[in-house]
Amino acid sequence: MKGSSAMKYIDEFRDGKLARGLARAIAAEADPARSYRLMEFCGGHTHAIFRYGVQDLMPENLKFVHGPGCPVCVLPMARIDQAIAMAVEHGVTLCTYGDLMRVPASERRSLLKAKAEGADIRMIYSTQDALAIARADSGRQVVLFAIGFETTTPPTAVALKVARAEGLANFSVFCNHVLTPPALATILASAGPESDAKPTPGQVELDGILGPSHVSTIIGSRPYEFVPEQFGKPVVIAGFEPLDVMQSALMLVRQINQGRCTVENQYTRAVTRDGNAKARALMAEVFAPRETFEWRGLGFLPGSALRLADTYADFDAELRFPVAPGEGREIKGCECPSVLRGVMEPTDCKLFGTVCTPDNPMGACMVSSEGACAAYWSYGRFRQSGRPAAAGVSA
Amino acid sequence: MAGAEAGSGRHRYTGRLDLARGAVDMSHGSGGRAMAQLIDELFRAHLDNALLAQGDDQARFQPPPGRLAISTDGHVISPLFFPGGDIGSLAVHGTINDVAMCGARPLYLAAGFILEEGLPLADLARIVESMARACNASGVPVVTGDTKVVERGKGDGCFITTTGLGVIPDGIEISGSRAVPGDAILLSGTIGDHGVAIMSKRENLGFETEIASDTAALHDLVAAMLDAVPDIHCLRDPTRGGLATTLNELAQQSGAGMQIQEAVIPVRAEVSAACELLGLDPVYVANEGKLVAICPGEHAQRLLAAMRAHPQGHDAAIIGQVVADPHRFVQMETSFGGSRIVDWLAGEQLPRIC
Repeated sequence: MKGSSAMKYIDEFRDGKLARGLARAIAAEADPARSYRLMEFCGGHTHAIFRYGVQDLMPENLKFVHGPGCPVCVLPMARIDQAIAMAVEHGVTLCTYGDLMRVPASERRSLLKAKAEGADIRMIYSTQDALAIARADSGRQVVLFAIGFETTTPPTAVALKVARAEGLANFSVFCNHVLTPPALATILASAGPESDAKPTPGQVELDGILGPSHVSTIIGSRPYEFVPEQFGKPVVIAGFEPLDVMQSALMLVRQINQGRCTVENQYTRAVTRDGNAKARALMAEVFAPRETFEWRGLGFLPGSALRLADTYADFDAELRFPVAPGEGREIKGCECPSVLRGVMEPTDCKLFGTVCTPDNPMGACMVSSEGACAAYWSYGRFRQSGRPAAAGVSA
Repeated sequence: MAGAEAGSGRHRYTGRLDLARGAVDMSHGSGGRAMAQLIDELFRAHLDNALLAQGDDQARFQPPPGRLAISTDGHVISPLFFPGGDIGSLAVHGTINDVAMCGARPLYLAAGFILEEGLPLADLARIVESMARACNASGVPVVTGDTKVVERGKGDGCFITTTGLGVIPDGIEISGSRAVPGDAILLSGTIGDHGVAIMSKRENLGFETEIASDTAALHDLVAAMLDAVPDIHCLRDPTRGGLATTLNELAQQSGAGMQIQEAVIPVRAEVSAACELLGLDPVYVANEGKLVAICPGEHAQRLLAAMRAHPQGHDAAIIGQVVADPHRFVQMETSFGGSRIVDWLAGEQLPRIC
């Protein structure tokens, strides 16, 4: 957009000229005799690809496969049901990030609908907002609906430490923080080793991974080293700006062409091999791994999520406000699970664009702007229906 | 303001309204003396004009020749006061603009106030004074009105509904259904200022910005534009839902597609930065003093020059063109070099989590 001055440290990574240069480099590098299927792990990547039209700048034989890295999308319905029950049955003030408000829960419910029916559900922008609400009224039980990958986990840890230091007895956390590497391992295990000539149905073909960016600022690039070692797929840790995505794609194409297979780091301005030691120490102090946790689309994955450590159990909303576990049955016909694993494209789902749209989402992938279905719908629909005949014809 | 009792003078009240410490209470909506005093000393004192002074339940006037245009708009904004304006000025500007978007010259406004018990009279006075300033500046008076009071907790301080009446000059035919392939799409200035100014003042957002709302009456700009190009096909002010929503509405109504270029859409750097932080897209953020115009391609440069010559169109730009498209999509060529659909907004625009 035309601004009176540039946004420093942001516009540099959205420069159209550099993009065209990178597009030429990728086109020159890509071998026309083969195809490149690159999974971008994060919803942030998916969003950038669609918002900036990155796929348009790629050669025909390079395709982005959308991964499960959208924390809203992978949260199973049962956890939303549980949050609603806390607000309705226990009368707590539930503090949540905005994207969660419209995620479908069981029986066509959602946090937004529960709020309209009278539950005290507040949209917050940071964990500090939840603390402020708790401080303002000590007679009110305030629950932070904490979700996200390793990126959003340290702020939750800080909030818990602050709550303990201040003796905020009316504050607690409903912890849904999940871990990236186990999800990646699950997808790759279903993709099968590279040597497999033909994947069986339900498997996803992948040639390389664009690795998480914000997550990696915390955990570093080391946790992904199992990917080339065990699964024989190259990884490039990729930033979320469109030029980051393009440069990472180029780095992956080069690795593939050269027969190399390693973890490379495109996002060097923020990510090191070992990540942020302080943040990792905080996470280790306040959280402990869960034995298992359900991911929408991927099922129950061992060691894939965090709960509050025993030393913080008194701040654990699941213990303070017990709720009978529900089943969280998904909408019939919703292919979110397959979309999240990259096995299906959103348009392969029968519900896509018919009964499931961003205005009336059936599955979580249609809710978050980082979800593959919402991104397809909002930014990429015309690719399916064909470009309008006269589009681009000058007046 | 209407009501026979209100017209009979202000000397029968025991003391003046306590504008410094007083608050609205249920008696201010009861139809009795307290309501008459509120109307006399506040509404009538500030919004004074000959038609309002008739003091009846309605204003009576002889309409000028021509087709009339009428529009109504409810204003429920929170916070009531924000950088660059308040609910009072917004209620005047918003309805003037809705009338002006068919090319009409706005004549009169009617205003309905719903006040919440407990609203400080000082705040109400600020709002009414601001309305009066906006009316004087735009030359469009409030000629009739109504006041109701609801119990504490049943309103949000103050809601204002305004209705505007205007007259359309002969030969002007503006409608959202008139865009045809080949038409040019013009935008009168920077987008997102109002929405970001409001968000900066919402209690749970801890960022401060110098951005002020762009709230303004646009009928003078519209008149200048019609002088230059009488054959404007569409006019619309991109308020809620922003530029994206307005273009989708026009595409839907006209049965055509829209092709716009991101690189030429004016956005203030501060607005871009705030949107970046909040995970919002400026094309979906509200405006209150901007318009989108669609006119035949051959008149685009003349219209652009007329807009730029007006203070309210200083940053105007041609942002794209209408194209034939059975899907009625709005598509944008991104600054980055790709393209994407600019869709209807689903629900509210919510900040992203990471």
